[in-house]
Amino acid sequence: MLKDITLGQYFPDDTPVHCLDPRTKLILTVVYIAALFMAGSVGGYMLVALWLAAAAGISHIKPKALFKGLKPLLFLIIFTAVINLFFTSGEDYLIQWRFIKITYTGLKNAIVMVVRVMLLVSGTFMLTYTTSPLSITDGLERLLNPLKKLHVPVYELSLMMSIALRFIPTLIEETDRIMSAQKARGADLETGSLVERAKALLPLLIPLFVSAFRRADELALAMECRCYNGGEGRTRMKQLRMKRGDGAALLLGAALVAGVLLLRRFGI
Amino acid sequence: MEPVIQIRGLSFSYPETAAPALSDIDLTIEQGSFVAVLGANGSGKSTLAKHLNAILVPTAGQVLVDGLDTANEDDLLGIRRRVGMVFQNPDNQIVANVVEDDVAFAPENLGVPSEEIRRRVDSALRQVGMYELRMHAPHLLSGGQKQRVAIAGILAMEPEVLVLDEPTAMLDPRGRREVMDAVEALCRDRGITVVLITHHMEEAARADRIIVLAAGRLVMDGTPREIFPQAERLRSLSLAVPDGTELIESLNAAGMELPMDGLTDEECASIIWEGLCR
Repeated sequence: MLKDITLGQYFPDDTPVHCLDPRTKLILTVVYIAALFMAGSVGGYMLVALWLAAAAGISHIKPKALFKGLKPLLFLIIFTAVINLFFTSGEDYLIQWRFIKITYTGLKNAIVMVVRVMLLVSGTFMLTYTTSPLSITDGLERLLNPLKKLHVPVYELSLMMSIALRFIPTLIEETDRIMSAQKARGADLETGSLVERAKALLPLLIPLFVSAFRRADELALAMECRCYNGGEGRTRMKQLRMKRGDGAALLLGAALVAGVLLLRRFGI
Repeated sequence: MEPVIQIRGLSFSYPETAAPALSDIDLTIEQGSFVAVLGANGSGKSTLAKHLNAILVPTAGQVLVDGLDTANEDDLLGIRRRVGMVFQNPDNQIVANVVEDDVAFAPENLGVPSEEIRRRVDSALRQVGMYELRMHAPHLLSGGQKQRVAIAGILAMEPEVLVLDEPTAMLDPRGRREVMDAVEALCRDRGITVVLITHHMEEAARADRIIVLAAGRLVMDGTPREIFPQAERLRSLSLAVPDGTELIESLNAAGMELPMDGLTDEECASIIWEGLCR
């Protein structure tokens, strides 16, 4: 059961979107979010949604997958909607019954917020659906490269991220093993109240932590043996190169922002 | 042959322990040789291995790698580049999510240009027979395959010496054979000096030279054919005697007079066969 955990699910494929440089996709995600927040009209939101739909279409990501990503956020979305619906003050009442007052502005705000959150989340999911965690880390490192001048340990951070990703399956396997070992000794992990179950997790977590620290120690030693001495003077086997497609994609991103701003200006 | 590692009067104690882990070891390892280090648990064999690439620095004495003193901080990278080290648990040595990226880790650290890294990575993976699996995720590989990836990761530094600290201890018999075949080929075909820490006699039998440690001292040093017949001595050092040698020993005790220097099961079998035919 633990094997099914995925982090920022990735659907490997060979579409133009998958082939984009991770840096391009990261920039586009930021541009997309910016455009979403700049949109101030129905037309603007429709343009952003259209853009997302086009990206999903090109990368063969099914709408179902995009909506699946929203599921864990359902509560948040409903909560935002309710808050906006009932607690927006104004005079333009739509319904007024005892203490329930729903204003026209409230309804509008609620719809706008829901659309915004949905577009925001599914947009960022597009990034993880089409880019492997490793290339995201790689792209982030290179995008943040200028920060090295400010002594931000960019390389170290990205290495930490990729090692964390690398050890997820290993630690999951380990957890499975410890679970079986504890069950064999009569530990009951599945029944009982929430508090009891949380307590039952303790004999699982302690050995897991101990072994994780031991692993970290050995990994550090192995890395030292392979001449690791920080990010300075390091080279890369795989060079990221911006291709023509990346330029085109970035232009499309710029067009999106321009379009949203224009629509807002004319209030469409 | 040229010596590649010279150890002179090496003693080492871990902090806050009374007994020294290693005392007064003198040892010269020749270029291109295959040396197995045997010893019971706690005999100091891993401690010795860690002195070869400056993970530990001698309390007294000196370790020279290609003439570079391991006590000298400035030569640290130079020494680590020359002497690569592979550990017991392959899972805890693999850094990256993709086999070839992991192999590239060491040359990337050394600042090798990217085309050259590509060449080294491909060649290292071919040498251990893992080239076909270069795009795989390490956690989907078998133990033997993972350990070969770890070896490739060291080979990409193009080291002169490969130190392996019980590389097969966590592997099944098949993985053990895969790794040992790869290691032996590296020594015989590529001329890489191999120092193998082990407690498997069958693995030590493949070496040119066996060194036996006991309680931090070097107690035996010789070719496998010189060491194996000393069954009594090996047993007194809590080392297992190979089954074939043990069988010949008991046949001799029962009145036969067979030579004790058979290394593999096959050799022992033919020794016994000849003895019976006589």
